[in-house]
Amino acid sequence: MDALLSVAGLRKSYGPVEVLKGIDFSVKAGEKIALIGPSGSGKSTCLRCMNFLETPTAGEIRLDGERIGMRDGRLMSDRQLAPQRAEMGMVFQLFNLWPHLSVAENVAIAVRKVRGLPAKEARDLALEMLAKVHMAHRANASPLELSGGQQQRVAIARALAQKPKLMLFDEPTSALDPELVREVLTVIEELADEGRTMLLVTHEIAFARDVADRVMFLDGGVIVEEGPASAVINTPREERTRSFLKQIRH
Amino acid sequence: MTGFLQPYVEYGSEWWPLLAEAMLNTALLTIAGFALSVVFGLALLLCQTSSSKALRGFATVYVTTLRGVPLLAILFLLYFGLPGVGITFDALTAAVLGLSLCFAAQVSELFRAGLKAIPKGQREAAMAVGFTPVQSFTFIILPQVVRVILSPMIVTFVSLLKDSSLASLITVNELVLTGRAMATEYFLPLQIYVAVGLCYFMIGWPFSILSRRLAAPAAR
Amino acid sequence: MPDFSTFRLILEGLLTGLSVTVIVALAALVIGLVLGFGLCLLREFTRIRTVHFTIDAYVELLRNIPALTHLFILYFGLASLGLRLSSITAAIVGLGLIGAAVTCDIFRAGFRSLPKGQIEAALAVGLRPGQTIVSILTPQAMRIALPGLSNYAVQLVKDTSVVSAIAAPEIMFFARSMVTSSFQTTLIYATAAGLYLLLSLPLMQGVRVLENHYGKLKA
Repeated sequence: MDALLSVAGLRKSYGPVEVLKGIDFSVKAGEKIALIGPSGSGKSTCLRCMNFLETPTAGEIRLDGERIGMRDGRLMSDRQLAPQRAEMGMVFQLFNLWPHLSVAENVAIAVRKVRGLPAKEARDLALEMLAKVHMAHRANASPLELSGGQQQRVAIARALAQKPKLMLFDEPTSALDPELVREVLTVIEELADEGRTMLLVTHEIAFARDVADRVMFLDGGVIVEEGPASAVINTPREERTRSFLKQIRH
Repeated sequence: MTGFLQPYVEYGSEWWPLLAEAMLNTALLTIAGFALSVVFGLALLLCQTSSSKALRGFATVYVTTLRGVPLLAILFLLYFGLPGVGITFDALTAAVLGLSLCFAAQVSELFRAGLKAIPKGQREAAMAVGFTPVQSFTFIILPQVVRVILSPMIVTFVSLLKDSSLASLITVNELVLTGRAMATEYFLPLQIYVAVGLCYFMIGWPFSILSRRLAAPAAR
Repeated sequence: MPDFSTFRLILEGLLTGLSVTVIVALAALVIGLVLGFGLCLLREFTRIRTVHFTIDAYVELLRNIPALTHLFILYFGLASLGLRLSSITAAIVGLGLIGAAVTCDIFRAGFRSLPKGQIEAALAVGLRPGQTIVSILTPQAMRIALPGLSNYAVQLVKDTSVVSAIAAPEIMFFARSMVTSSFQTTLIYATAAGLYLLLSLPLMQGVRVLENHYGKLKA
């Protein structure tokens, strides 16, 4: 079966510093992949390259066969990229909800302006997505009134409302107080059970093992080890993976 | 005290229509100057954020110069100075132009600070849901910038209102010049200039209160 | 075409006014800072409502009315009561009184931005309220107020040009008086503008340094 997302030869440099040194992987429809690795390993950069929030220095990314970010050998502008980005839902570390809009508007605005649905339908869809993340009761609140966990759940609903082919999670729980992590992980687990395709950067190793089909361990800009989640996390083959997992468990 | 107030009782009905008309002129001058300041200020902002080095350099020099030179010098240069090289404005045009050229520098700085106050993630999230750059600016960035700068913008408006008084020195018939003419006619400079001051106060004070109201929640 | 000797003549003429510009600016600055700080202390650290009301009214009246109008009241208005101020005195007093209203607000913002814990800690170690204000709160408030105060100083230098309207013999006054006797108007006003720029550029640079320095401290 063809991959939904395929990444080949992905490189990214900031000036003289090479953060990603050639990344190759693919994700099948319905598959959940966790990217783990020490901070500075390039895992967030890698994720942000998928929708070109970071422009790769080299390499090829395809979603459903369509080349992302390049057309006729030229880099696409942000304007040209917009419809491609709309195919991927992204959840950020710091939520990035828009404080001038209500919770429901945060979810509905892209549905109206990007997908062109009428206001009424967009609101209904937003409420449906908010219900999925158990936030429908705060639809009219301002994001500023919400706890971090609640904000992140709204951010997830915002991404879901795009009806994306692929969900990208960029350390969705690392900015949260410990007691708020669980509610967000639960929501992500529920989405995983629906058979969504997900690419997830996370520090939560146990969570990665339970939710992901496959785990990729990134260090120094390369994939050091990858394989079935339980195998990589329970019985890592590489020394670097072992020492990382050991550190993070303490 | 009654001696001081006596002329108001005596001439109030004669003065008020003159001052009211002058207030209207001052208000129009201020509004025109402010509107044009915003236009110039945004143009300047585009220069500042442009990829062209020349435009950015121009914006820097412009802002530095116009913030370092008094408005009065600009007004005199425009009205009395430029005819020397063959460019002539009528007084009102020179006043509106001078005010807006000066305040454009302040407005662009305000917008710049406002843009800087919006976290990078706001734009990233807008891109991620599939907004084009124009949509992201219109629906996500601009509404937030406006909220941030509304209060300082009103402060700038009141400053412009006060500085519009300098237009009297290049013969624009606004509040102060009207006051001067009245002072000569009635020989009551104290009462008349106090009245002129209160006219400015009546226009400006509500805006000052408004700007503080708007600033209060953000300060907490 | 104006040659260099014309320019020199103009520059010399304008420089005659430089000393008055500097004196008016400096004197007004001192009055503005001292009076403004005094008003700020009264407003922040007394509980007398009439005092609060009077200071608020003073600040609002001076900040919402143009300097030019205040100067006319002082110079032409008071003269009609028989109180004749010289144009330079009127300029200094006028700009100084306006400056007090401006700096009062800047100082107050400085004091208000201090965390309540600062007062509590000072009182807890046994300092009297007066000592707390003088040795704990004021130094911190000053640092916060410094960028605002230096911005005010830049504005003040430019505002001295307004006092030419009451015939105080500063730079702009000489520019205007020369213009009546010469056709080189463009050059005269451009030179005057340049002269102000030379005065305010170093001050503006100072503001930037302070803002960067104290901006970092805050973050």
